Amino acid sequence: MSATQRLKEAALTALVALALAFPLLGFQTTDTGDGYITRFSWVAMATAAAFVGRILLGLVPQRFHLHQYATRYTALPGGRAVTLAAAALILFAIVLPFSPFGSRRTIDLATLALIYVILGWGLNVVVGLAGLLDLGYVAFYAVGAYSFALAAEWYGLSFWEMLPVAGIVAAIAGILLGLPVLRLRGDYLAIVTLGFGEIVRIVLNNWSAVTNGPNGIGDIPRPTVFGMPISPGAPAGVTSFNHFFGVEYDPLQRLVWLYYVCLAAALVINWFSLRIRRLPVGRAWEALREDEIACRALGLNPHTIKLTAFATGAMIGGFAGAMFAAKQGFISPESFNFQESATVVSIVVLGGMGSQLGVALAAVILATLPEFGREFAQYRMLFFGAAMVAIMIWRPRGLFTMRAPSVRLDQK
Amino acid sequence: MTRDTLLTVDNLSMRFGGIVAVNDVSFTAYGHEITAIIGPNGAGKTTVFNCLTGFYRPSGGHLALNRDGKSLRLERLKGHRIVRDAGVVRTFQNVRLFAGMTVLENLVVAQHAVLTRASYYNFGGLLGLKSYRNAERAAIACAREWLDRIELTARADEPAGNLPYGAQRRLEIARAMCTGPRLLCLDEPAAGLNPHESADLARFLVAIRDRFGIGILLIEHDMSVVMGISDHIIVLNYGQKIADGAAAAIRHDPTVIAAYLGEEEDG
Repeated sequence: MSATQRLKEAALTALVALALAFPLLGFQTTDTGDGYITRFSWVAMATAAAFVGRILLGLVPQRFHLHQYATRYTALPGGRAVTLAAAALILFAIVLPFSPFGSRRTIDLATLALIYVILGWGLNVVVGLAGLLDLGYVAFYAVGAYSFALAAEWYGLSFWEMLPVAGIVAAIAGILLGLPVLRLRGDYLAIVTLGFGEIVRIVLNNWSAVTNGPNGIGDIPRPTVFGMPISPGAPAGVTSFNHFFGVEYDPLQRLVWLYYVCLAAALVINWFSLRIRRLPVGRAWEALREDEIACRALGLNPHTIKLTAFATGAMIGGFAGAMFAAKQGFISPESFNFQESATVVSIVVLGGMGSQLGVALAAVILATLPEFGREFAQYRMLFFGAAMVAIMIWRPRGLFTMRAPSVRLDQK
Repeated sequence: MTRDTLLTVDNLSMRFGGIVAVNDVSFTAYGHEITAIIGPNGAGKTTVFNCLTGFYRPSGGHLALNRDGKSLRLERLKGHRIVRDAGVVRTFQNVRLFAGMTVLENLVVAQHAVLTRASYYNFGGLLGLKSYRNAERAAIACAREWLDRIELTARADEPAGNLPYGAQRRLEIARAMCTGPRLLCLDEPAAGLNPHESADLARFLVAIRDRFGIGILLIEHDMSVVMGISDHIIVLNYGQKIADGAAAAIRHDPTVIAAYLGEEEDG
């Protein structure tokens, strides 16, 4: 590329930067005077930075352009490294509460991260395997959480009784969403699912007679230890965990127990996801993602495949919702806004669609990042955006691009 | 030898608005035979395929497939049912493989119906029942046979999208065969192949016909393939059938020559 060409390109970049920076950086609202002050020096700096940055980027030799590696289909290298990494992660997760990091805050955060891991794996079925972009996934999370919270409030049902029911109710919601969108694909599907997510949230917000509206539902029971609540005292006829084992009550015990419940659930769901990929339905999902017309031509019914994908993904979302309700003890529609859906989609995209380990890592990163970033809350979104752009440039297929075949020729 | 009638197409018509893509076409395809459908571009060949395989609903006419003495009406079956119940399967003009999945997976996906039944609609498979494990092993064995036939055994665990074009073509045919069809519809299988590959393909198709005794319906422009292996040729032009017969007769049919080369001027 010639020098003039480089300059031209850099000028164009600077122009775009100028157009963006002028409204975004050029004005700051204040509570005195005109209501705003101008800071055009910032605009000038941003424009100059874009100009120089583009020129510098152009000087990077071709062979360092990483994206050329990312576009081909990659066969799976070294399954052993993945297994080792996964084993190390699980081991770390098991000992975490008893490690020096096992403070109240980290355990709480780790529980939240596990819930996001489960959500990520659930959405991974829909987006990663079946290739159906679902932007309203939070709806199933909400359905799971609310079905547990309401059943607890009305009928006094416990977490363990409601966990499977929450999954089933969410799966039914998944089929209800799936039915009208069977013929939709790509962007159109994304828009409808986005609407579905909002509908669920708005219904929860406004149907006050049932959901208590924006005030939410409180006093959601915590999971018991095989029927024994973790509490200093217990109602008549019930033995508390602390009494049974003769340990002193400590609020941390509840957290640790919930953490292990979530960890166990995550492991079960991981086993389920890995297994279902090797079943006919799992392969059909992936085939649907690759080519819907070819699916039909081979006698696979695309409608059934889509519905099973939606139902399975929703069911996992429902489990996560019940666990979230048990963790918070209080839920309101506020917790199930579009931001949540966007986060879960980011987890799946960032992690590498279809990769269990990648999704888990991305979930941990995205769930804990806001907590660690509290000090620079102002720049959090900036950092997040930059990270996403970087991923899209260098690893457009996600952190982990390899895909393990569901079946190999020489397996025994 | 008596011919067993496999497919009877009666007065098939397909209109798109005012355009008549297929106009009143009738023909018969037989088991143990390769039936070629030829004709200039836009003659309506692929439209016939799309009607046969449920991608279009015909505007008129009947499509009857004989299976075990019963006659199935293809135009009344849903797209995916045509493969399962009638055993009619197709390939595409532009290869449609599951590019991100491995070669072997492509062949196993095609055996979906059998595997789903063996896994008790996946629930049995989830529990790891023996019946599913056995069925999967059988599916892999079947896939391996096809891999050997199309000489792709060594690349079984590679993504199908990485294969060279000719191999992708062969894989698509093998994948269609893994559904266990009675009528195999191939839409320009030799397109983009060099003469050597085309000759290989022709031998492959003859081998499939002789080994499995199924009917093959073939759309093809490569006349060396068509004339060499077809038991029977149907010629379409502007949506109408203009000739029907054995290769030798078609080659010298004046209407066919006119359709391909244009009419001779009076002189």
